[in-house]
Amino acid sequence: MSSALINGLFVFMLAAFIGFEVIRRVSPLLHTPLMSLTNALDAIAVVGAIVLVGEHKSTLSFVFGVLAVIAATSNVVGGFLITDRMLRMFKSSRPTKP
Amino acid sequence: MTTDFAGNQQIIEIVYLIASALFILSLKWMSSPATAQRGVRAGEIGMVLAIAGTLLHHGIVDYKWIVIALVLGTGIGIPLGMVHMTAVPQRTALSHAFGAFCVTLVGTAEFYLRTPDVPRFMMAVLSMEVILGSLTFTGSLMAAGKLQEILPQRPLTYKGQNLVNLSLLAASVAVAAYLVMHPGARQLFPVMIAVPLLFGVLMIVPIGGADMPTVISLLNSYAGLSAAAMGFVLDSKLLIIAGALDGSSGLILSVIMSKAMNRSFTNVLFGAFGQVQPSAVAGQEEKTVRSATADEAAGILAAANKVVIVPGYGMAVAQAQHKVRELYDALTKRGVDVRFAIHPVAGRMPGHMNVLLAEADIPYDRLIEMDDINGDFPQTDVALVIGANDVTNPAARTDTGSPIYGMPILDVDKARTVMVIKRSMSPGFAGIDNPLYYLDKTLMLFGDAKSFVNGIVHELSGHG
Repeated sequence: MSSALINGLFVFMLAAFIGFEVIRRVSPLLHTPLMSLTNALDAIAVVGAIVLVGEHKSTLSFVFGVLAVIAATSNVVGGFLITDRMLRMFKSSRPTKP
Repeated sequence: MTTDFAGNQQIIEIVYLIASALFILSLKWMSSPATAQRGVRAGEIGMVLAIAGTLLHHGIVDYKWIVIALVLGTGIGIPLGMVHMTAVPQRTALSHAFGAFCVTLVGTAEFYLRTPDVPRFMMAVLSMEVILGSLTFTGSLMAAGKLQEILPQRPLTYKGQNLVNLSLLAASVAVAAYLVMHPGARQLFPVMIAVPLLFGVLMIVPIGGADMPTVISLLNSYAGLSAAAMGFVLDSKLLIIAGALDGSSGLILSVIMSKAMNRSFTNVLFGAFGQVQPSAVAGQEEKTVRSATADEAAGILAAANKVVIVPGYGMAVAQAQHKVRELYDALTKRGVDVRFAIHPVAGRMPGHMNVLLAEADIPYDRLIEMDDINGDFPQTDVALVIGANDVTNPAARTDTGSPIYGMPILDVDKARTVMVIKRSMSPGFAGIDNPLYYLDKTLMLFGDAKSFVNGIVHELSGHG
């Protein structure tokens, strides 16, 4: 195993622990927006797809890359948009104004 | 020129580091409604930075198509972000499919660029990426189809179903293992995609509507893990982190959902959903129910001090949440304390009821989780159940023979009076009879949720 893979495993392990600790604290009230937000963040896979398109190493990698960028970008845009719309709806009965 | 390349690469890595930190903060700020919007901003900034940084990548020669694809994706994303709140579960399933589609395509492209020089560990994570990616792709499309009611919502089961599904999964793992040993066997790669694609379809076939919250969470977790695997293939720590966060989020939600349905987690993991058998025609003896009109219900509600409303998927189907808001207003104006009891699996995805009620402008501090409100039912004058069934079934506490025995429920039967809005006496999705309906303190309000609540509101305002 190369050192890059070992480093990757360490990063994965640490990120998974942070994920568990952070997400355990999310109020069940917000579980739906949480899922649409993680969905948008997960679409960071778009960076891998962008490189495939930009490098244009083969026809297959180029075509698949373009489709992948379209799919991931729609998740980024749609995911952030709907999360924001949902969160705007959550209002407290206690007025925030003094 | 080489120094320039190296310089760019360092800038990209630093940008990715900042983006990773912003992603973690983004989820941290989701912990409460007060900071959640800041969380979305952090995620957006991280995303824009990461995409901008990627464009500095030295190998990129073609910017035109990147821009075209980004624009096309945005064009699809905007309508997907503007769907109605009742359509959020199917939208979420669809976006899991898109995410998995992207990961599978990138994995496939990387394989054909690199074969036959793929180190074993690399081939193993690449296999995991495309197997998880393709089964999540078709599985999520199936789930979205069922939620949108394009496909039949009824679970479809047949003999040996689990055996067929597990064999398919085993077959794809076997192909993956062969490819790890012989990464030059490029003709086998399509098999490693086709088999999980089929598995994804068959995995969702036996799933009914009530199991959707667990399934969506599980698909969420798969989508995250496949993205993390892609991070290993591309040696991108940013992707590993985002995938790990998404994977653990989905996993936590599936655990919460499966606990709320009293299913073991292995039961969920192996796709044995929807296997609950309806109990053999329970209780043949004649049982009587008491019913009431909107007028009578309004009178009882107006005389109450504390009312707890229990919404379920039936409320969403009837689009009754705005009428429920009017009822909330009318009762609050009369000085009645109205709260909402939210069961974790009410609705079609985690947190679904909260979003629907928030959309109807009901303040979120009135939405109370099961564990926090169950102790209050004995002091509650009226529990009003709207479109919920199994999550209020006292048989889950007492009847060891019931298929839902052991499932945590909302203790509405402990309230002084129980009112249930229901279309008819036919049992719910799981075909389980609900003894709650035959209690002396229970009044059945027969009718469509929306029009019945409207009737109560009308009576409350008319005789105000």
